[in-house]
Amino acid sequence: MSIAIAVGLLTAAAVYLFMQRGMVRIVLGFIMASHAANLLLFAAGNTAFRGVPYIGTSDYGDGGDPLPQAFVLTAIVIAFSITMFMITLAITTTHDDDTENDEESPAKVLGAADADADSMFDPLVTGAMAAGTGGAHASPLSPVHDFEGRDDDSAEAPNADEGTGEHQSRKDVR
Amino acid sequence: MTEILPPLLPLLVGIPLLMGALGAALRRSKRARHIISLGTLTAMFVFSLLLVIATHDGTVLAHKVGFWDFTPQVAIPFVVDALNSLVLMIITILGITSVMFAMATHEARSRFYHPFVLILMAGVAGALMTGDIFNLFVFIEVMLLPSYGLLAMMGAKLGAHGARIYVSVNLLASTLLLFGVGLVYGTAGTVNLAELHGAGVDDPAVAVGGAVVLTAIGIKAAVVPVHGWLTRTYPMTSPAVTALFSGIHTKVSIYAIYRIYSVMFDGDERFLWIALVVTSLTMLIGVLGAIGEKTTRSILVFHMISQIGYILIGVGLFTGLGLTAGIFYLLHHMIVKASLFMSTGAIEETYGTGEINKLGGMLKREPLIAITFMIAALSLAGLPPFSGFVAKFSIIQATLEQSHYWVAAVAVIVSVFTLLSMLKIWVGVFMGKPPADLEENALAYQERMHGKRYLRVQAQAESPTLTIGPPTAAMSAVLSRQRAVRVPAKLIIPGAILAAITVFFGFGAELLMMLSETAAENLLNPEEYVEAVMNA
Repeated sequence: MSIAIAVGLLTAAAVYLFMQRGMVRIVLGFIMASHAANLLLFAAGNTAFRGVPYIGTSDYGDGGDPLPQAFVLTAIVIAFSITMFMITLAITTTHDDDTENDEESPAKVLGAADADADSMFDPLVTGAMAAGTGGAHASPLSPVHDFEGRDDDSAEAPNADEGTGEHQSRKDVR
Repeated sequence: MTEILPPLLPLLVGIPLLMGALGAALRRSKRARHIISLGTLTAMFVFSLLLVIATHDGTVLAHKVGFWDFTPQVAIPFVVDALNSLVLMIITILGITSVMFAMATHEARSRFYHPFVLILMAGVAGALMTGDIFNLFVFIEVMLLPSYGLLAMMGAKLGAHGARIYVSVNLLASTLLLFGVGLVYGTAGTVNLAELHGAGVDDPAVAVGGAVVLTAIGIKAAVVPVHGWLTRTYPMTSPAVTALFSGIHTKVSIYAIYRIYSVMFDGDERFLWIALVVTSLTMLIGVLGAIGEKTTRSILVFHMISQIGYILIGVGLFTGLGLTAGIFYLLHHMIVKASLFMSTGAIEETYGTGEINKLGGMLKREPLIAITFMIAALSLAGLPPFSGFVAKFSIIQATLEQSHYWVAAVAVIVSVFTLLSMLKIWVGVFMGKPPADLEENALAYQERMHGKRYLRVQAQAESPTLTIGPPTAAMSAVLSRQRAVRVPAKLIIPGAILAAITVFFGFGAELLMMLSETAAENLLNPEEYVEAVMNA
């Protein structure tokens, strides 16, 4: 019963956090959700009143079911690695972890495919490069292209400024 | 052969994993990575071809990994029958062609490109072969983790938003899958598919658990109403990666839906109407969504959703003809879709944009691409003599056989819309006059791409400057108008290979149809599958 309540509470908390804008909160929501799933897996193995599932310590009938425990172990490892990756996504290539930043939403980017194009070959390097020069939109590449005949510099200026400002404030914090 | 092959099945997962690690360890040698990647993928293709030959008569090959001979539910089984060997074979073909494409766009130069693709392939092979739901979850994750890397790496130019959505949705679906696995284990006491045979029919509690599993897989397959993530993420990476993903992720999920419904639910007729409603909605909404799109790739991605609807009609009917047609459609669709992504991707990679408004006149400039696109597009829309015609015709025939006239009507209407959409790309990109600044834009794009090494050095300097190194000879020739920008042959070839395959399966539909029929029979009679696992 207590496990059922815990699963319910964790899932509710996870759903609440999924609804938030910030990427970090969403990641926290996923941590909650995977905890809920793991507890549910544990419950599937009937955790209460069971012995240690080692050969020789108890009868097969009394021992706990080791299979769900193995499931949980596997699931924890997977969830942990993806969580790390998501946290990385929360801080790289964009200026903050806001997921509804209109300037960079897929609709906007797809509508103007030329909005920004860092080198695509070596993102680890270019990611660092973008950060080093004030964000993706202030990349040294951007003025090269003006597909619509407009001046890219002026078109992107507000965003670039914002990015630089954000970046500098981050630097200050450090 | 049926005795030698089963113990070798784990190699299909192990070797690509190992080779991926080896490729990642080879820091400096690009060529070695290329060779390792193509070699491994070719070996996988040959192996899966052997599996297709071994299973073409309905044989089911099963192997308990690690030769664990304790009880059936403890050992993890790898099972291969006509269906998954066929899917695996097509996926390895897609792997090879998309790696060729990525080598042509120079993306494959990146240190982790080949390793990611190989690990992805290992996950795909595992997810297709495994006969255990929890193991399916694990292999889907093995498949997804390198995909996150590929999507984020190659989509870096478009920001992290695509990758954020992709990872979030897939993690949500995976968590849901885990919930489902937990419920199934809690109610049925096993996650071995063979042991779960018919459990979804006999016990409503297990059926609920199974429904959670199917819902989670449905999210990964991008079935309406949980399709939104696909259209927002697939266009947000490079064309090579989109082409690779288009044939793999959603299709592995579709395979899992086919398999789980066949074994666990034993093709239960009570729930089939749900599948038919969902597939009809998927077909319709997918194709309508494509109307408002402006770039070639986002149009094609919406069509992918619509086509997923067609493929799942097979499960919704669960008759011999329906399943045969569904499986044929699945195989045909994987090839055609990747071909379309590659031919439009070749234009995008050369001219720097996939926007229909900014392109034009490609029929004269790039006749080979135009032919490749035309073949694949007509095949997608379902016109003879390509494989799409056979696929669509047999699907509609199967719905009429079961007197689901409204599903057949939707299928016909949707294919008209599909044709219209393909014509929209055709008219916008291939016909008409090229825009005046086409050449300059292409040049600017190429310059940015090839000037990368210089730029990287410049960017590290105190104040980044814009000098982009000395232009190459080819570039100065274009600059001085001596030579026009052209799509290089190596970008055309991968898409053309796939287009040739769809023509081959159009004229030689009999062969693929026969194999699909065997696969459908295996799905209709899961007893053989169960027996093979138990006696492995």
